[in-house]
Amino acid sequence: MQPLIELKNIAFGYGKTPVVKDIDLHIHPGQFAALVGPSGAGKTSLLKLILGTLQPTHGQITMNGVSLQGRNKPRVGYVPQLETVDWNFPVTVGQAVLMGRIRNATLWPWPSRAERQLVAEMLDRLDLGGLINRHIRDLSGGQQQRVFLARALIAEPDILVLDEPTSGVDMRTAENVLHLLADLNQQGMTILITTHDLNAAAAHLPWVICLNRTIIAQGPPEVVFTEAILNETYQGDMLVLRHEQMIFVHQRPHGHTYHDILPNPVLGHALANATTLDSVENGTMMAEIDAMLQEQDTENQEGQNELVRTLPV
Amino acid sequence: MNWLEPFQFEFFRNGTLVAVLVGGMCGLIGVYIVLRGMSYIGHGLSHAIFGGAVVSFVMQWNFYLGAGIWGFIAALLINQTVRRTKINADAAIGVITTASFAVGVALISRYRRFTRSFDAALFGNILGVTAQDVAVVAIVAMVVTIFIFFMYKQLLFTTFDAEVARVYGVRTEWIDTLFALVLAAALIASMQILGVTLIAAALVIPAITARLLTDSFNRMILLSVGLGMVSGFLGMVISYYIDVASGATIVMLQAALFGLVLAITSIQKQAERRLIHTHV
Repeated sequence: MQPLIELKNIAFGYGKTPVVKDIDLHIHPGQFAALVGPSGAGKTSLLKLILGTLQPTHGQITMNGVSLQGRNKPRVGYVPQLETVDWNFPVTVGQAVLMGRIRNATLWPWPSRAERQLVAEMLDRLDLGGLINRHIRDLSGGQQQRVFLARALIAEPDILVLDEPTSGVDMRTAENVLHLLADLNQQGMTILITTHDLNAAAAHLPWVICLNRTIIAQGPPEVVFTEAILNETYQGDMLVLRHEQMIFVHQRPHGHTYHDILPNPVLGHALANATTLDSVENGTMMAEIDAMLQEQDTENQEGQNELVRTLPV
Repeated sequence: MNWLEPFQFEFFRNGTLVAVLVGGMCGLIGVYIVLRGMSYIGHGLSHAIFGGAVVSFVMQWNFYLGAGIWGFIAALLINQTVRRTKINADAAIGVITTASFAVGVALISRYRRFTRSFDAALFGNILGVTAQDVAVVAIVAMVVTIFIFFMYKQLLFTTFDAEVARVYGVRTEWIDTLFALVLAAALIASMQILGVTLIAAALVIPAITARLLTDSFNRMILLSVGLGMVSGFLGMVISYYIDVASGATIVMLQAALFGLVLAITSIQKQAERRLIHTHV
């Protein structure tokens, strides 16, 4: 199968300092992949190379077999990091989404009836119906993320590219966004995201690409998320815990045990005994632990027992 | 008092027409200037154009052509410096436009014999506008309006987020270049009317006043243009009766309107907060 996007021996840098090098990467139609790596690993630069806003210093990028060099721009639906959006800009949800149709825009400044209908349908599809005239600042984090997802989708892209869609939003919203992306992927959309959240990537994504200036490894998280690969990617001491279908990744603290540094001993205990926990599900370990803590605190307040912050195993 | 009295004079009719046109044009461009965070560019670029005006006089070029090319090059240099270096817009504007102004000042001190008054370029001479000035302002205002009308969607996206706009296929370099050209033209047309020192206010004040009044981009444009035109007209009339320079009166009126709107919106926000607090 011909890859949708193909990067051949790509290098990019500022001056003599390489930001990324020796990058060979294929993104196939229908793939849902995450670029993971530490800050400064070159994730955003690699994303911009694929988006066509940076030009490689070496190598070739093709989309559907056509080189992206020069004026050829890929048809990409891009969702930037929420932190980079100017939330004070006077723009409504409808106007923001309509920007996605810029490739098909006429010179007339007002949207056509067909464009207005398209925007309304897209907003309905992403549960944003009724918010068309709201200012983008007056939305929740999840709604804001979906507005820019709507702008990306309305462009009828070949691929959706999202820069850190799980950062700047709470845990539940991040979960919802990843579920929504998984649904879109089920409908055939090719999706590439960057993320710092390895646990969310492990729980939701079928393919991860570990990057630290060059590609360290890529494949399904259950194959790629090993201590050896993550240590090389993050240049740190990574802890990978596996329980049934769940993978939990954490960085080992230097010179301490979890019991020393974590906010309460119970979390350290839980991590140390993760393989014996059978009640936790994907991505909900923290919530489970919090609930147990609260329960114990309540019991203590009722004077039944002296608080012993240990987790039942 | 007969409010129509000043309109019996041709110089006043010309001045008022130009003040309304310049007010509306600056209000229109000002929206993009303010939202791009380049409020200082009007101030800086008008100083740069002053340098170009002096050079064009010394070289015996046509004023509009010489100052226009000079201003356009200064605007492009600012854009390219910001785009290609680590220098921020405010610093780039400061360096390029002040250096250009310095060229003008140096030339004035070197060639002391000028037949054209540069006082008008510095402080404006709204009552001394000629028929040629009226025609130039009208043409430039039309060009600016047509450019913004047909480039509305591209300009909106580029102003909101230039990098993302580029990903979506907007040729932002072209948009920025054309915008610089249009801005330079508007400043040159306005310079003889409002003067180098007052243009920045005419660009920025109606736009920020409109921003306080609305969260909609379309409404912000309409309000900014409307405020620019109304303050141009009323400023002219008031200046006639209080016998104060017209350019200064227009800007003072705009500043007063801004202060009023700021006070009203601040009180409204406080009242809303109090209402929410009461309900909570």
